[in-house]
Amino acid sequence: MNLKSLFKQPQNTLEGTESEQNVKVNAKTGDFNCPGCGAPLLRTEVRVNYYSCPKCDYYFRIGGRRRLDFICDKGSFKEFDADMISHDPLTFPNYSEKLDAARQKSGEKEAVICGVGKINGYPCAVFSMDANFMMGSMGAAVGEKITKLFEYATENKLPVLGVTVSGGARMQEGMVSLVQMAKTAGAVKKHSDAGGLYIVLLTNPTTGGVTASFAMLGDIELAEPGALVGFAGPRVIEQTLRQKLPDGFQSAESTLKCGYIDAIVERPHQKNFITALLKMHNGGFCDAVN
Amino acid sequence: MPSINKSYEKVLRARGKQRPVASDCIAACISDFIELHGDRGCKDDSAIIAGIGYLGQMPVTVIGIEKGHTTPEKIAHNFGAASPEGYRKALRQMKLAEKFHRPVLCFVDTAGAYCGIEAEEHGQAEAIARNLAEMMTLKTPIISVIIGEGGSGGAIGLAVADEVWMFSGAYYSVVAPESCANILWKDMSHADEAAESLCLTADPLLELGIIDRKIEEPENFLKQQVNDEFFNALRIGLYTTFEKLCSKSTRELLDTRYEKFRRVGRYD
Repeated sequence: MNLKSLFKQPQNTLEGTESEQNVKVNAKTGDFNCPGCGAPLLRTEVRVNYYSCPKCDYYFRIGGRRRLDFICDKGSFKEFDADMISHDPLTFPNYSEKLDAARQKSGEKEAVICGVGKINGYPCAVFSMDANFMMGSMGAAVGEKITKLFEYATENKLPVLGVTVSGGARMQEGMVSLVQMAKTAGAVKKHSDAGGLYIVLLTNPTTGGVTASFAMLGDIELAEPGALVGFAGPRVIEQTLRQKLPDGFQSAESTLKCGYIDAIVERPHQKNFITALLKMHNGGFCDAVN
Repeated sequence: MPSINKSYEKVLRARGKQRPVASDCIAACISDFIELHGDRGCKDDSAIIAGIGYLGQMPVTVIGIEKGHTTPEKIAHNFGAASPEGYRKALRQMKLAEKFHRPVLCFVDTAGAYCGIEAEEHGQAEAIARNLAEMMTLKTPIISVIIGEGGSGGAIGLAVADEVWMFSGAYYSVVAPESCANILWKDMSHADEAAESLCLTADPLLELGIIDRKIEEPENFLKQQVNDEFFNALRIGLYTTFEKLCSKSTRELLDTRYEKFRRVGRYD
C-alpha cells in the first residue's frame, strides 16, 4: 500500500473521503446545494450541524469512523482486527479489483470498524459500518469481525452498540456471505443469552441480509430520521409488484409505526440517548439468571 | 435454446414444475403427518407447511416451504414465497419441538422470501433474523434439506441446522443469478455466467463447508416418477442422523452447530 492512500486528500469540499453522491460542489466557490431542499450551504455550517442541512435536516452520509467520533468519548476507541480483509473465496469476476477500489475510496480495509470505546464514560463494544466500502456489504471479513466483537463482549461482559448501513450480503462471496447472516445472528444470540445489552442504530440505508440478521436483533432498535430500513430494496419491490411504492415506504418513520423500531433519534442527541439507555441497563450487562 | 452452462441449467431445472416439492417429500418420508397452522400473531402463511409426524418410529416436527405443481396450487402457496408470518409459524413449531425434545426437519424450496409491501411492513427482515438466532440455540436436533431452490435469506431462514443437506439437482445461492447479472452487468442475459460464478451447486458448496451432504438424485427426478428407492434411502439417512444427533448432550449439540457456521469464511 502506498502512503498516498493512507493519507488521502479530501476529494471534495464537503468532507474527507466521505463522498455524497447527490451533492454537486461548485468547483470555484466550494459551495453546494442541499440535495434535500436545494438551499445553498457552506461546508462549515454543515460540519458543525453533525453533517446535516441546517435548513431542512437532510442527513449527509458519513463514514464509519466519523460515526465513532460522534458517539465515543474522545480518544477512547480501540480498534480490533483493523487489518482483517476478505479473501475472494469463489474467484468471482472482478471482485479483487472491486475490493481494491473500495479500499481506495473509503480509506478502510473492510466495510465495518469494530472495537471497544467509552460512551460518556460507559465502556461499550462498538461496531460501525461504512457505506463507502462496497455499500457496507457483508462478506466473510465483516461477518468474522462482528462475530468476534460479540464474542469479546460476551466474554468481557460488555454491551454492544452497532451502527448499521448496508446493502446486504456481499454477492461476490456467494453463499459464504449468506452464511455470515447465521454466524453473526448466532453470536448476537449468545451475547443476549449471557445478559448483554445490544443497541442498534439503523442509518440510511440498512437493507437485505444485514437487516435480516444482526441489524434486527437489537434489544433496542434506534434509527436516524429518514433512514431507509428494509429487507428487499425499494426498486426490487417496485419491479416485482410493477407498482409505485407509497411515499415514505420503508422510512424509519413508517418502520417505527409498523413496530420494528423503538425510537428515532436525531444525530446531535444520539450519544446522550445511548448513554441514558446504558445507564438504565446497569451499564449494559446483567448476568443471566439461571 | 442457446447452450448454457451446467450451473444455470441446474437452476432452471430446480425451478421445474414437475420436480418433487416439499409436500411430496413429506408424503414420501413422513407417516401420520398432522398439519398445524398459524403464527398466533395475525395469519396462517400458506407458503409454509408445518406439522408433526413420524419418521419411522420417531416423532418429528416437519416444516416445508411449499411451491405446489399446478397453477392453482402455486397460487394457493404464493409460489413458495414465504411471508414473515410463515417464518414465525415455523419458529412456533420449532419451539414446541424443543419443549418435547423432538427433532426438526426442514424442506427448503423457495426462490426467495416474499417481496411485497405487506411482507416489509410485517417485518420480513426481523422474522428471518429471529429464526437465524433462535435456530442457532434451539435445544433439539435440526436437519434442513435444500430440495430445489435455496433462494437467499428466504432459504437460510429455515436452514440454520446441525446438518444441511442438498439434493444434487438443487441450488443454494445468496442471490438469483438473474438479479446478480442485472446488478453486475446490467444485463439479465448474463445469468448463466453469474450462476457459474456464484458456485451455487452442491459440489462447490460441500467443498466450502456450506452444506454437509449431497443427496444424489435419480436421473430425471420428476414427481410422476417419484422413486421409492430414493426416498427410502433418504428416510433411513435422516433417521440414522437424527439418532446420532439425539445421542449428543445439548451442550455438545449446540457448540457443534455454532462452530460449524462459525468456521465459514476466508479472511486474513
